[in-house]
Amino acid sequence: MTDSIKDYTPLEQHLLNDFQRDMSLSATPFADMAEQLGVSEDEVIESIKSLQDSGVISRVGPVFRPNRIGVSTLAAMSVPEQDLECVARIVSAFPEVNHNYEREHKYNLWFVVTASSEEHLDIVLHEIEQHAEYPLMSLPMLEDYYIDLGFELKWA
Amino acid sequence: MGMTEHNRLVAQISAQDRELIKIVQRGLPIVSRPYAEIAHRLGTTEDDVINRLKNLIKAGAIKRYGVVVRHHELGYKSNGMVVWNVPDDKVDELGICIGKYDCVTLSYRRPRRLPDWPYNLFTMVHGHNREEVTQKVAEIAENCGLQDIDHTILFSTRRFKQRGAHYSQADNTAAADGNKPAHLKLISSKAQRSVKHDAS
Repeated sequence: MTDSIKDYTPLEQHLLNDFQRDMSLSATPFADMAEQLGVSEDEVIESIKSLQDSGVISRVGPVFRPNRIGVSTLAAMSVPEQDLECVARIVSAFPEVNHNYEREHKYNLWFVVTASSEEHLDIVLHEIEQHAEYPLMSLPMLEDYYIDLGFELKWA
Repeated sequence: MGMTEHNRLVAQISAQDRELIKIVQRGLPIVSRPYAEIAHRLGTTEDDVINRLKNLIKAGAIKRYGVVVRHHELGYKSNGMVVWNVPDDKVDELGICIGKYDCVTLSYRRPRRLPDWPYNLFTMVHGHNREEVTQKVAEIAENCGLQDIDHTILFSTRRFKQRGAHYSQADNTAAADGNKPAHLKLISSKAQRSVKHDAS
């Protein structure tokens, strides 16, 4: 498993770092990247595919602003350790859940639930509680203070 | 589970845009002409897809457009969700201050749930290890004048799921059990869960 950014080829490093935002919306975005990097379009496409297969790149495309095209909330549950893995699996199985983490706290399961409408979100939250058999605490975003410019990777 | 005013403010988006969003939120196909491929699936033209996406960017629905990386796979093994109990009249100022740091990827105000949950400002801090995150949080606290503010770091110890948001439609995820994924049906009752535990 690759653990450090230094383990990536220079092309991979550029692909990971240089196109996190403002990617061109031309008909041929990967050819544009290739031109900028002085390599072939095929090399860019193959490298991105392989980085995506290995999980380093989650996807290429738009990141939607929360609560603009749908509604979402951060939910927390307090689950006894022996039940946690099972409950986590139940929660993750919902297509509306996109992030699901164990965290060190009394509230030890944290997940983001996203839906197309508030009504739909309410239904899903209720269903999750029913299937998981633990109550959840819903903490919807009230204000976003973060301007997403991507994440600058430190090569050192 | 009360929803807020903010969550009601879902932009009016056309049915056609919703179909497009459903596809692109999973990522572009990694091919020479990704928008042509999407257009083919939607029964429209490449130009139409590109123009719609440009409009969504202009309208502010899209926050960032490009390569989405996973921090953990890139060596940022530790992430701490730092929650702060900030006086209400200070949240905006402090949320903006924290959100400016390189190691921070989220800075949100969320409601308190008293008495269980007193924290109203949530920030995500990434580092190569736990010590680095702890040190960065201390720096941020000092620089933003938060030393005396009650806060705690919730380190993530396991990641069960991580992918882009899928804004699925209410009609294809109705309450009916028949729409549940098969594996969910299998593990949805406590009795079955105990069986599972005994077996493991």
